[in-house]
Amino acid sequence: MRQEDISQWVTDAQVAFSAATDLDSLKTARLAHAGDKAPISLASRTLGSLTPDEKASFGKIIGDGKAAIALALAQATEKLEAERDRKVLLEEVVDITLPVNRRHRGGLHPISIIKNEVSDFFIEQGYAVAEGPELESGWLNFDALNIPADHPARTMQDTFFVEPVESGMVLRTHTSPVQIRTMLTQAPPIYVICPGRTFRADELDATHSPVFHQVEGLVVDKGITMAHLKGTLDNFARHMFGPDVTTRLRPSFFPFTEPSAEVDIFFNNRWIEWGGCGMVNPKVLHSCGIDTDIYSGFAFGMGLERTLMVRHGITDMHDIVEGDLRFTRQFGVGL
Amino acid sequence: MRAPLSWIKEFVDIPANISAEEISNGLIRVGFEVEEIISQGADLTGPLKFAKVLSIQELTEHKKPIRYVGLDCGEKETRFVICGATNFAVGDMIVAALPGAVLPGNFAIGARETYGKTSNGMICSARELGISDEHAGIMVFSQADVKIGADAIEGLQINDVIFDVAVNPDRGYALSMRGIAREVAGSLGLTFTDPVDALRSIKFSETGKGVSATIEDRSSASVFYLRTMSNFDSKATTPLWMRRRIEKMGMRSISLVVDVTNYVMLELGQPLHAFDKSKIKGGLTVKRAGKAQKFLTLDGQERTLDPDDLMVCDDEQPLALAGTMGGLSSEITQTTTEIALEALRFDPVCIAKNSRRHKLSSEASRRFERSVDPSLAQFASARFVQLMTEHSSAVHVATVVAGEPLYPPVVKIDPAHISHILGFEVSNADVARILRLIGCDVDEKSWTVDPPSWRADLVGVADLAEEVARMIGYDKIPSILPPRPLHASLTPTQKRRRAVATMLASRGLAEVQTFPFTNRETIDAMGFVGERSATYAIANPMSEEFPLMRVHLVPGLIEVAQRNISRGAKDFAIFEMGSIFRSSQKLVPAISPDLTKRPSHKVIDEIFASVPPQAYHVAGLLVGKVENENWQGKARSYTWHDAIEYAQDILALCQLEWSIKRSDFAPWHPGRCAELIVDGKAVAHAGELHPRIIASYGLPERSVAFAVGLSALPDSSIVRPTRVGTMPAALQDVALIVDEKVTAAEVQASLTEGAGDLLESISLFDRYDKIGDGKISLAFTLVFRAPDRTLNGDEVSAMREAATAAAAKKCGAVVRSA
Repeated sequence: MRQEDISQWVTDAQVAFSAATDLDSLKTARLAHAGDKAPISLASRTLGSLTPDEKASFGKIIGDGKAAIALALAQATEKLEAERDRKVLLEEVVDITLPVNRRHRGGLHPISIIKNEVSDFFIEQGYAVAEGPELESGWLNFDALNIPADHPARTMQDTFFVEPVESGMVLRTHTSPVQIRTMLTQAPPIYVICPGRTFRADELDATHSPVFHQVEGLVVDKGITMAHLKGTLDNFARHMFGPDVTTRLRPSFFPFTEPSAEVDIFFNNRWIEWGGCGMVNPKVLHSCGIDTDIYSGFAFGMGLERTLMVRHGITDMHDIVEGDLRFTRQFGVGL
Repeated sequence: MRAPLSWIKEFVDIPANISAEEISNGLIRVGFEVEEIISQGADLTGPLKFAKVLSIQELTEHKKPIRYVGLDCGEKETRFVICGATNFAVGDMIVAALPGAVLPGNFAIGARETYGKTSNGMICSARELGISDEHAGIMVFSQADVKIGADAIEGLQINDVIFDVAVNPDRGYALSMRGIAREVAGSLGLTFTDPVDALRSIKFSETGKGVSATIEDRSSASVFYLRTMSNFDSKATTPLWMRRRIEKMGMRSISLVVDVTNYVMLELGQPLHAFDKSKIKGGLTVKRAGKAQKFLTLDGQERTLDPDDLMVCDDEQPLALAGTMGGLSSEITQTTTEIALEALRFDPVCIAKNSRRHKLSSEASRRFERSVDPSLAQFASARFVQLMTEHSSAVHVATVVAGEPLYPPVVKIDPAHISHILGFEVSNADVARILRLIGCDVDEKSWTVDPPSWRADLVGVADLAEEVARMIGYDKIPSILPPRPLHASLTPTQKRRRAVATMLASRGLAEVQTFPFTNRETIDAMGFVGERSATYAIANPMSEEFPLMRVHLVPGLIEVAQRNISRGAKDFAIFEMGSIFRSSQKLVPAISPDLTKRPSHKVIDEIFASVPPQAYHVAGLLVGKVENENWQGKARSYTWHDAIEYAQDILALCQLEWSIKRSDFAPWHPGRCAELIVDGKAVAHAGELHPRIIASYGLPERSVAFAVGLSALPDSSIVRPTRVGTMPAALQDVALIVDEKVTAAEVQASLTEGAGDLLESISLFDRYDKIGDGKISLAFTLVFRAPDRTLNGDEVSAMREAATAAAAKKCGAVVRSA
């Protein structure tokens, strides 16, 4: 037994294993070079007849040689098994472009989506979301908001009245009664938004609906100014319409705010009326028992349908109110 | 409110380099939305001439009247044109467009052959010239007004810019040229000449006795000027310039007297009313109608007066519905020679009520409702006398005054307060300058502000702050975020609603939002009865088709489903969340506490309690197939258990436990409706819709629906999870034969009860109903697990037997032999 022989057996085995083209030929090579009859196996059986010194040195050489052969075998096996798998799995190919959309696709109504979006934005700013009934007391919907019975401002809003009319119950014409409810039940500081469904006796057409949604905001705190109103609207507009949008306030009239303004946005290269706003009229604060020597406030309100239509380029209100699935599904759940 | 630039210029010194656009922007900046800028005459080129009608030949062989008209246009030869109008006679003056002229709409005029004649031009109507909508006939003038051959573009002052301005209800003064001009001047920093200044010192000589004027109740009107004129000749006509201005304002010229009242109203903002003095018995008194009676207004309508209507009456009867419309009996006619001109400052609310009660909104009532400058009763009536004297033979007889103008009270302010409202520094000097600019008298020592007579809306510092801000420009307001609370979140209820909607949407249901209106037929068709069918009625519904508030969400879903089906959809699932409006309580008369202070807790509670509760529901409607059918093959249809599963999923999402029982409940199939009960209260129903409803609404057979009363659900309590067992589980299957009337829930409940505490879960894995004899087989898997040890076979068998024994006892179940 010579050291050269052992090196040669190892080399032979490595060459034979790497030459194997499939797992069958590798098996033949394994039997020849690593099996019981392989030279190195036979040689290891003769170790017993050697002197202790020879046994130690040849034993190590043979052990190393067997390890090298085993390693070569493992590498070859791994390579050939991978090749076999590739071939076999390739035969199991399918057309993964086949349509698999069995499940119905659902979605939230875009008004719900935009309502959630607005609510989340203001919650992050520390505002609570206040809600109130749609069938509402006329005192809360009008009188407490400084809209007296025979003032022309009352006719600005075509109101649905509920029988008996002496009850003064109306379908709320704006979400402002929620502001009054909040101020009657909660002490300042008040930071709330009031999203919800509102009603006005307008015929349904491309831009109007007798049933629509608003979001209003109300802040009552110490030292609140019109600059805070402007800052809040700028922030809100950027959130809804993107960082490049600019806002413009125009003097206007609402009985519940003084000074009052319309807020326009410059979006898609034109000025668009977005909503109304102003400093809460001291008369309104008084009727809610808020001390105007200490507190002041601002309020704003905009239509959710309008916001949605402007932002998404929706041209006909019918799409929003009809409930056609082909329209609603496009919005998913608003992500 | 329209405002022609030519008229604005009469009161404002506008340099030539200021464009209409800049004026419009100036108005917008100070709070007057300009809805339209009309450039009149921009699309019109001449020659356009005044011409005299010399001859008319009627061409009778045509279907409609056709005239061949000879015109003197100031040319050597008579010009002949064809004309289809018939409202003129020989000698009348008309406007002729000559060949070469281009009328609005790019309508080129040339000589042309028509009706067998050559027409060398066209006689024009006002609409053809783009100056009004009047097209009943051609424009006709008297020879006194216009000259033959004169340029009609110039003569009719066609070239003009007209601003159509939206005036907010608090700015009644701007329903006049005086008001608009003041705003233009204020916004652009130009000089304004108040037309009233020229009227302040005007005096008329008293030549006789005038009609007397009385205000019965000074709260209905503060001041009454009644000017009597005589010697009027009704042949007097309105001068062309006045007629044209009235037309540019969108009104029509009627007669000199009416035109002058309208003109003065448009110029100054004070509505006037002229009576034929000979029809007045005695004097005029402003008072309530007192009793219901018939009254014929100028528009020819007979109205029944309300006793509370404010009227202008003579000694015998009402003559005018105050501030709203005159009466027919005393109107100015062709025979009028004596005029009584009324100028009154009415209380806005009285006129608003008059107008509302009679559904009659007039130019006058619109102005009175918005508050008229009380000083104008004197000046506007003087202006009337001045114009009438200039343009007719009428002479002033006498002026009678009742009452006196009530001016807005002074306002005491701290000028620093204005900066505090606006959020930027405005100097005291600027505050004073701006308040003076809008007409206030300002005493800078005491900071007492005396608002001008036309600004009844300026009652507090907030109103003055708006004036200061709009004159400085709202664009000067800085943008600053307020100090805000650090934290807020959705309420548990809001979170729950959102989670339910998101769950349904991600499970393939599309959310819809329907109008919450319904009608009695729908309520009946659904089978709702008793308190589930009672609802509130809208007093003034959009249509008689939907006069009631909805009592349930399913009818709206059915309507949307029908619409989708009609557009080709077959298999889909939809849901809606929203309020329903069953009339759970009788509406009480309105509670309207006084507004000067916060109402008491008791009153606030009463107001809140007067609003009926409005339950918040979620409902879904599932029609057709559960999945879209495709190359993979058919899909099964939605069935009753899908609806129940959705309802249960909602309760599970809300961390609630429920029991279930069958229910005969509209609008569901009486044998296929589940009622889900939480804390002893039925909170949800689900199952197959009633076949009668499915048939009558054309829905696919066996469509299913669920409805959950979200607002009736208790709050979720905090989750207290059980420890997860790690010891091996023992599974035991039991098959039981029971009577088919016994429900699976009953069997499961009895098994659970009998199995004991170590039962971890139980599930029905088979149901077989082909046994016959009115029996069915139910097979359950019971999973047992102990927290601390592996269960041995004897223990498990004993528990299984205890379970089946309980089922035998409670439900008559017999263990099915293998």
